[in-house]
Amino acid sequence: MTEQSNNKLRMVSRSFLLTGMLLLAAGMVFGLTGALQYLVPGLFKSYLSFEKIRPLHVSSMVFWILFAASGGVLSYLQQHTGRPVYSNLLLDIQFKLFVLSIILILYQYFAGVFGGREYWEFHPILAIPFTTGWVLFGINFFKTLGSLKKQPVYVWMWTTGIIFFLFTFAESYLWLIPYFRNNIVNDMTIQWKSYGSMVGAWNMLIYGSSLFLLEKISGNKKYSNSPMSFALYFTGLFNLMFNWGHHIYTLPTHGFIKNVSYLVSMTELLILGRIIWQWKSSVTTAARHFHHVSYRFMVAADAWIFLTLLLAIVMSVPAINVYTHGTHITVAHTMGATIGINSFLLLAIAFDQLEDKTKQVFINMKWLNRNYWIANISLFVFWISLIIAGILRSRWQMSGVRIPFSSMMEQLRPLFMLFFVSGAVLMVSLLLILGQTIKNHFMRQL
Amino acid sequence: MNPGTSVFSRPGLKNYSTTQNVHLFLRMLSDKIKIAAFVSLVLAFAAYTFYLYTHLPVGQQKTSDPVIRGKTAWQKYNCSACHQIYGLGGFLGPDLTNVYSLRGKDYIRAFMITGTTIMPQFHLSEQEMNDVTAFLYGVDSSGNADPRSIKKYYDGTIEQ
Repeated sequence: MTEQSNNKLRMVSRSFLLTGMLLLAAGMVFGLTGALQYLVPGLFKSYLSFEKIRPLHVSSMVFWILFAASGGVLSYLQQHTGRPVYSNLLLDIQFKLFVLSIILILYQYFAGVFGGREYWEFHPILAIPFTTGWVLFGINFFKTLGSLKKQPVYVWMWTTGIIFFLFTFAESYLWLIPYFRNNIVNDMTIQWKSYGSMVGAWNMLIYGSSLFLLEKISGNKKYSNSPMSFALYFTGLFNLMFNWGHHIYTLPTHGFIKNVSYLVSMTELLILGRIIWQWKSSVTTAARHFHHVSYRFMVAADAWIFLTLLLAIVMSVPAINVYTHGTHITVAHTMGATIGINSFLLLAIAFDQLEDKTKQVFINMKWLNRNYWIANISLFVFWISLIIAGILRSRWQMSGVRIPFSSMMEQLRPLFMLFFVSGAVLMVSLLLILGQTIKNHFMRQL
Repeated sequence: MNPGTSVFSRPGLKNYSTTQNVHLFLRMLSDKIKIAAFVSLVLAFAAYTFYLYTHLPVGQQKTSDPVIRGKTAWQKYNCSACHQIYGLGGFLGPDLTNVYSLRGKDYIRAFMITGTTIMPQFHLSEQEMNDVTAFLYGVDSSGNADPRSIKKYYDGTIEQ
C-alpha cells in the first residue's frame, strides 16, 4: 500500500467521521428543541415549528449514520485487504456530494420545503446527488475488494449493506409513480417495505465495521470466519428482507405480509438467545479490554442491543403490537437503536480512526469515564420515560371511553418533562465527548 | 500414496498435506454454500418484491383528483411530522385516519383555518383545504385505524 494513498484515505475517512460528528451534534440540538416543543406548546411556532424541527432532527441523525458508516467501511476495507482504495478521486467526489446533499436538505427544511413522507423525507430532487455519491461509494468498495471468496463475515455485511441500501432507497421513491401512489394503503405498504429494510441495510454496514474493530482490538480473527458468525449474518439478512411488515400490522394490507413478518421476526430470538448464552464470556472479555475507549462504547452498545432487541421482539408479536403501535414505545425502540446501538458503535469506530499511533483520542480517562456513564444512565432514563409514556398512551388508545387527545397529552406531561431533562443531560454528555474528540484531533494537526 | 501427498488434483492444492487440503476444500465448499444461501435469499426477496409490486393490496382503483391533490398538499405541508395515518407519523398531534367519519369535514376545515396553540396556521388556499379534506375522506374510506376494533388471538396473530 502506498503511503500517499494511505494518508489520503485516512484524511478523507476522518473528514467523513468529523462531518458525521458535527451532524450528530446538530441532530441532538434539533431533537432537544423538538422535545421542548412538547413542553412549551407553540414555541418557535412562527419560524421553526415542529414540522420543520422533526425532519431537521431525523435527517441530521440519518446522515451522521451514513457519513460515519461509509467512511468507516472504506477505511477498514483498506486495512483488511492491505491494498489502497480503488480511487481517491471517487472518494473525494462522494464526500462532496454527501456534503452538498445534507446542506441542501437542511436548508430546504428551514425554507419550509418538504418531501412530506413519514420518517425520513426530503424533496425527491435532492436524492439525486446523494444516490450518485452512494453509487461511487459502491464502485470504490467493490473495485477495492475484488472478490467475495474466502472473505470474513464483515465483508459480507458491508457488501449486503451497500447493495440493499441502494435498492431500498430507490424503492422508497416508487411513490413518485402514480401506480404506487394513488392508493394510500398500497403506498404505505411499499413505503414501509423500503424503510424497514433500509434500516437493516445501514445496520449491516455498522455491525460489519464494529466486528472488524472488535477483532482488531482483541487480535482474534477466528469469529468472523466461523460458521456461527455466518449463521447470525444470514439470520440478520433474512430479517432485513422479510420482517419489515411489523411496521404495518394495523394497516389493512395483505394478511400474508403480517404473518411472514411475524414468523421471520421470531427468528431474532436465536440472536437474543445467543447474547444471553454468551453473557458471561462477554462480561469477562469486556473487563479485559475495557481500558480501550472504542471497546468501552462497544460494550455499551452490546447492552443496548440486548434491550432494543428484546423490545423489538415483543413489538413484533402482532397481538402485542396492536397495543404498542402509534405510541411512544415505538419511539423508545428507535432511540435505543439509533443512539444506544448505532451511535455508540459509530463513536467506537470514530475513536479508533481518529487515534494516532502516538497519542490517544482522550488524555483524561477519568473525565471520559464520567461522561460515558452519564450518557448511558441518562439514555436509560430517556428510554424508560418513553416506554412509560407509551404504556399510558396505549391505555388511552385501548380504553372504552377516551378522554380528548389534548387531555391525554397533558397527563403525559411529567413524562415529557423527564424525557426532556434526561435528553438534555444525554446531549450535554455526548457533546462534551464529541467536542473533546474534535478539539484533540485538530490540536494534533497543528 | 505417500503420507502428506495431496489426494486432490487441483494445482493450487498439491503442495499441502492431506489434512490441509481437506480444510481448504471445506473452505471452498463453505464459500459455495454461503454464495448459494445468499443467492437463494436474494431470489426469494426478489420474488416476494415482484409479487407485491404486481399484486398491490388494494389493486388499481380510480382515485379522484381532489384526493390525489390532497395527498400532495398533505406532503407539501409535512403534516405527517405531527399527525399519524394508521399509527404511522408524528406524536404531537392526533391520528387522523378516521377523523372524517368521527368529526366531519367542518371540524377538519376549522382546524386548517385557525390552527391551534401548537399547529401553525398554514394559510391554505380554499382549493388546498378542499383537497386535504378530500384526502382525509379517502383515507377514512380505506379502513379503520382504531386498535380496539382489531381481534387478537392467543397465538399472537390478529384479524382486522
